[in-house]
Amino acid sequence: MFKLLDGSQTLGRGWTFWSCFVAVLAAALIYPVFADSYDVGNFSYFLIWIFMALGLCLMWGYGGMLSFGQTLFFGISGYAYGVLAINMGGGSATIAALVLSIIIAMIAAGILGYFMIWGGINGIFFGIVTLSATLVLAFFLGQTAGPEWHIGPARLNGYNGMKGMDPLAIGDYFIEGSALYYVMVALIVIVYLALRMLVNSRIGNVIVATRENPQRAEMLGYDVRKYQLLTFVIGSGLAGLSGALYTSWGQFITPSSIGLPAAAMPIVWVAFSGRSDLTATLVGSFLLLFGFQTITVYSQQAALVLMGALLLATVMLAPQGFVLGIGKLVADRWSARRRLGASPALADTSRLQPDET
Amino acid sequence: MSLVDVKGVTKRFGGLTAVSDVDLTVNAGEIHCLIGPNGAGKSTLFKLIVGLYPPTKGTILFDSIDITEERPSARVQRGMSIKMQAPSVFKELPVRQNIQIALQERFSGAQRIFEEDRLLTLLNLAPDSGKVAGALSHGQQQWLEIGMALALQPQLLLLDEPTAGMSPEETFRTGELIKSFNAEGMTVLVVEHDMAFVRQIAQRVTVLHLGKIFARGNLEAIIQDEKVAEIYLGKTHAH
Repeated sequence: MFKLLDGSQTLGRGWTFWSCFVAVLAAALIYPVFADSYDVGNFSYFLIWIFMALGLCLMWGYGGMLSFGQTLFFGISGYAYGVLAINMGGGSATIAALVLSIIIAMIAAGILGYFMIWGGINGIFFGIVTLSATLVLAFFLGQTAGPEWHIGPARLNGYNGMKGMDPLAIGDYFIEGSALYYVMVALIVIVYLALRMLVNSRIGNVIVATRENPQRAEMLGYDVRKYQLLTFVIGSGLAGLSGALYTSWGQFITPSSIGLPAAAMPIVWVAFSGRSDLTATLVGSFLLLFGFQTITVYSQQAALVLMGALLLATVMLAPQGFVLGIGKLVADRWSARRRLGASPALADTSRLQPDET
Repeated sequence: MSLVDVKGVTKRFGGLTAVSDVDLTVNAGEIHCLIGPNGAGKSTLFKLIVGLYPPTKGTILFDSIDITEERPSARVQRGMSIKMQAPSVFKELPVRQNIQIALQERFSGAQRIFEEDRLLTLLNLAPDSGKVAGALSHGQQQWLEIGMALALQPQLLLLDEPTAGMSPEETFRTGELIKSFNAEGMTVLVVEHDMAFVRQIAQRVTVLHLGKIFARGNLEAIIQDEKVAEIYLGKTHAH
């Protein structure tokens, strides 16, 4: 199992990396002890979006499928959670609503993915079709303001959004504040480690092979369509997890969390972070969300312009992602220093001599 | 006993007929070479056999089973393996991982690592196993792709111009390697332009010209066929 966690498809290996991982996790666990409840709630909010980013990283970075549909499945799951939580009642039923809403998002991804992948849609057209489906859902939900648009007692409410659902709860105990924060941290750790194991497994090998050369992967006996569909369903399911958690966190959801500006956000987070690595995506997305939220307090427009500028800068200066680039640089320096430290003679010979300058 | 039976296969691309009503039998255990001038339809026929193109007309049997409608991956699982004309490897992945992806469905754990090492040594790629495949020379990429095809331990190995970009020594070594696999029972179908290489390995030869079967038989008979010499020298239309 540790071999899968420490495999070659993910950056960060060995005791140094895992020591850092444990240190960061320990810091995250003791954070609520020192922070006020507002900041803890804010951190929970940032963590909600990380699942969506990790899902896109899996699809785009590892699988080569640029999906613009993360907020489509975020929205499907978010609205499904609202409808189910309202119809099933509060308490422990909200946990069932969370699980069912993620399953609904995954089924929707399976259906859309089946028609796209079996229909031979790939490359830029994959992004266009998923974006189109996202916009269709956002516009559809926007025109559901009338009282006729309801599922049981749950009204969709058009652009005003759906509200009135309970947050996650076990019996009479609402999972809010620090409890919600710890649930988020636990889910992030589980999802992150599970994705590491997936991409370093045999299945992960085929997912990466399909990104690199689908025809060759097919000629090695792999039905690449099945692997692409699996990747799409898992990645979209993670967006669904974000959506259901978002609705339960804020007890509302609106079509604006699905539309074009929202749909572009995961692309920016993952591109800036480094789409080909889970750890870079995790760290980079968190930093961007933190920065975005901080700037949004002063000006939402400024925050959106900054996101656009970051995407442009990433494309122009660091197409593989800034966080990934910095991570690789640090790792290279660290291993070079260790090599030189282990061999002083080599350290001497590697220095430029005066006549070489 | 035939391993592959191509029956009346035609492939049209719009108004162009690349392969026209071709019948081809590849017997189990033989090295069969498919030759012909550029544009004869050799690579198209290969892609039809392996399933990368669906035929416009005709059927393809593998081990007496009709595989005409099957996907390439299903055909590979039946026991086919192909090396494409242009090197087709996973260029951004390390050489060893390329081999690993080809091996992982058949071997696991220490046995897989043993097989990886054996193939890398056989292909002279062991010193470069940590490099990404795209950093290899053209010839080395050819070797790597042959290694990936061999890793599947196929009944039928299809090689489309396997020696393109190789030196004469490498070409000769490739021929000997193919013969050694054939001696172990592997059937090999090769598309090749290099007649010296064909002489080195071929047991039976089929000549394609303008998408049709032009001649077939053993190597000596084909070499002495004046019409075959003419199409290779481009004199067909001169008469």
